[in-house]
Amino acid sequence: MNKLELQKTANEVRKGIVTAVHSAKAGHPGGSLSAADIFTYLYFEEMNIDPNDPKKPDRDRFVLSKGHTAPGLYSTLAQRGYFPVEDLKGLRHLGCYLQGHPDMKHIPGVDMSSGSLGQGISAAVGMALSAKLSGDSYRVYTLLGDGEIQEGQVWEASMFAGARKLDNLVVIVDNNGLQIDGKIEDVCSPYPIDKKFEAFNFHVINVDAHDFDALAAAFNEAKATKGQPTAIIAHSTKGKGVSYMENNAGWHGKAPNDEEYATAMADLEKVGEALCQK
Amino acid sequence: MSEVKKIATRVSYGNALTELAEEFPDLVVLDADLAAATQTGIFKKAYPDRHIDCGIAECNMVGIAAGLAATGKIPFVSSFAMFAAGRAFEQVRNSVGYPKLNVKIGATHAGISVGEDGASHQCNEDIALMRTIPGMVVLNPSDDVEAKAAVRAALEHDGPVYCRFGRLAAPVINDRPDYKFELGKGVVLREGKDVAIVATGLEVSFALEAAEKLAADGIDAKVINIHTIKPLDEDLIVAAAKETGKVVTVEEHSVIGGLGSAVCDVLCAKAPTPVLKIGMQDMFGESGPAVALLEKYKLDGNGIYEQVKDWLK
Ligand SMILES: Cc1ncc(C[n+]2csc(CCOP(=O)(O)OP(=O)(O)O)c2C)c(N)n1
Ligand SMILES: [Mg+2]
Repeated sequence: MNKLELQKTANEVRKGIVTAVHSAKAGHPGGSLSAADIFTYLYFEEMNIDPNDPKKPDRDRFVLSKGHTAPGLYSTLAQRGYFPVEDLKGLRHLGCYLQGHPDMKHIPGVDMSSGSLGQGISAAVGMALSAKLSGDSYRVYTLLGDGEIQEGQVWEASMFAGARKLDNLVVIVDNNGLQIDGKIEDVCSPYPIDKKFEAFNFHVINVDAHDFDALAAAFNEAKATKGQPTAIIAHSTKGKGVSYMENNAGWHGKAPNDEEYATAMADLEKVGEALCQK
Repeated sequence: MSEVKKIATRVSYGNALTELAEEFPDLVVLDADLAAATQTGIFKKAYPDRHIDCGIAECNMVGIAAGLAATGKIPFVSSFAMFAAGRAFEQVRNSVGYPKLNVKIGATHAGISVGEDGASHQCNEDIALMRTIPGMVVLNPSDDVEAKAAVRAALEHDGPVYCRFGRLAAPVINDRPDYKFELGKGVVLREGKDVAIVATGLEVSFALEAAEKLAADGIDAKVINIHTIKPLDEDLIVAAAKETGKVVTVEEHSVIGGLGSAVCDVLCAKAPTPVLKIGMQDMFGESGPAVALLEKYKLDGNGIYEQVKDWLK
């Protein structure tokens, strides 16, 4: 996909996020929207996957370590054809397979169940190790929140990945600057994030999370990096694309009401129209 | 019934901490990036210097609490039950339980009434985990009045205490002038001779509802509220078992290791009696509205009624 197509797709992913969370009357829009471009790049450009064969053995793996942003992952999977976009409206409803947090037993395309922060990265490290043990060539990607990296387990996993030189692993940190209780530097600062990963023997790349050219360069650099895992620190805007949600910690885990939903969709329609003029 | 006031016990928790802050000057409150959800935000607003946000790092938070307690503070650590009792279990066991430090754990969002977040966040195992730690007091209050009393009792007790609170608004059932909270004492809420329903937490009000329905069918159920799961009021449970000959336990928790198991442990040794354990039947929950989930898993008044009725046939 070219850059414009990626941008259009990401905009559709954002619409799906807002629609799903609005329908669920609960869920996490902020961190889903900040990661929408990353999800889009991974599933439409980067990863070796097949929506018609979600479990093909040589596929690249993705672990959503920040599992609360499931709406972002689900909306991307739906756009990519793993299941109907219409199903997004069933998010979090009783009886619907789209669980509040990723559930690998029931959702096509989900490689690992998650929701308890800090655990997904370890599973991703395990998958990368597994590929090394059996000589498989698939790559493993995992997305973490910048609040999530306060969990000690993240650094246990990172130490292991660095020590084992797992160059088939890419750890992406969605650095949107916010967690639930406020700014990450006010709650318990994880900064400097890049230097921490460097110290754990990662190759580190800082990138603008909303620039597809920069994302492409970063993921290509990761692929070319041998002998160590890569950490991509993706500098993002929480709530990206919905005016009133941007940089607002209050929209971490809250659903828009009908009026707010209309505003959000209008924001995104406008972006979509502008992209069509290009 | 529709006029009954409802309040989530997590809100009672936040309010109680704030109300007791002056009386317990050594009280400090710890949270792990969930101050709004656990409601310690209420305390934070009133006493910002005594509220410590540890970030998303529950195991470390428990360790910090141990250090605070070892130097004379009374820390109340807060998170969702899944993370306070689940993730940090070993820290609670080894850094709090074993040294018998004066740490209090305020665990909110317990059970399936968490609702839409789904199975990853619905902790049905915390009572079992905490109950196994020697010296740990385990409290599971049924409503606003009892939750506030439980926070006070926890602060007055010297040693580790686990307090379980819910997300869902629960009907206030203990608002009476003679209400008194005694740690380790069960409360008979209704007399009956045919069967004893022993309930805890959110399930107490549902057990009362079920007892009403059973009464309409001519079944006379005794209802006991167990707010202290450990130490358990063994005398009361043995007496009720001897009186009715049949015991039902009801909890918003796995039937493995929780109140049902605690009751069976006592009855096995002191008064063997048939027991029906109502709770989550060795399964995970799922996403959905709390009320719908309680209905689906037969943990509401009607669900309890049907199961007891069936069992007594
Ligand atoms: C172990 C654990 N503790 C707490 C939570 C509750 N929780 C869900 S999201 C969140 C904040 C996450 O912030 P961040 O990682 O920055 O995510 P983002 O900004 O990308 O949404 C918290 C504390 C959890 N899911 N798991
Ligand atoms: Mg963040």
